Amino acid sequence: MSYTDKIREVIDGSDVAIFMKGTPQFAMCGNSDRALSALRRAGAPVTAVDVLPDPQIRQDLSAISGWPTIPQVFVKGELVGGADIVEELEQSGELEQTLRAKLGEGYAEARAEDTVNLVAA
Amino acid sequence: MSTQPLRELLESAFPDATELDVTDRTGGGDHFQVVVTSPSLAGLSLVEQHRRVYEALSAPLADGTIHELRIKTKGAA
Repeated sequence: MSYTDKIREVIDGSDVAIFMKGTPQFAMCGNSDRALSALRRAGAPVTAVDVLPDPQIRQDLSAISGWPTIPQVFVKGELVGGADIVEELEQSGELEQTLRAKLGEGYAEARAEDTVNLVAA
Repeated sequence: MSTQPLRELLESAFPDATELDVTDRTGGGDHFQVVVTSPSLAGLSLVEQHRRVYEALSAPLADGTIHELRIKTKGAA
């Protein structure tokens, strides 16, 4: 089965989506943890998808995004990048600027972490 | 895999690079960090800059030779 529709739904329907190995509570990869930590420092509301339950999730995601590695971070449907970019943008302050511009000034007040399970959904 | 084949792929993709570095982060031959500074990356977003690096390294990424890749790019010389 294809996860394409479900993945698009998460990308387009989330303020900030992260596709990662593991969950926000228990990241299974250093890079996923780096990206998530940068998002947390920026106060981003995060919707997380664990790609590990089915390898097909990762294949379908990369087909949509054209990005070969995990994690992948999207803000309002647009690919921001992987761990290196998200970390770099957070350190320069650009990540917070982008979040304010796209989500509104008070974005950090709505801060929450959701996890979407594509396999069970 | 040693860093040399990756360096060669990057050199052919970025012949005008002013800085090009590949390091094996763990010594295990599968966790790499690449640094590319090239005028050909100028004016591109970070996403587009990293895409160029991924394209240059698409073969070793696809066959699993590269297990983990860290990228640092700059557009200016």
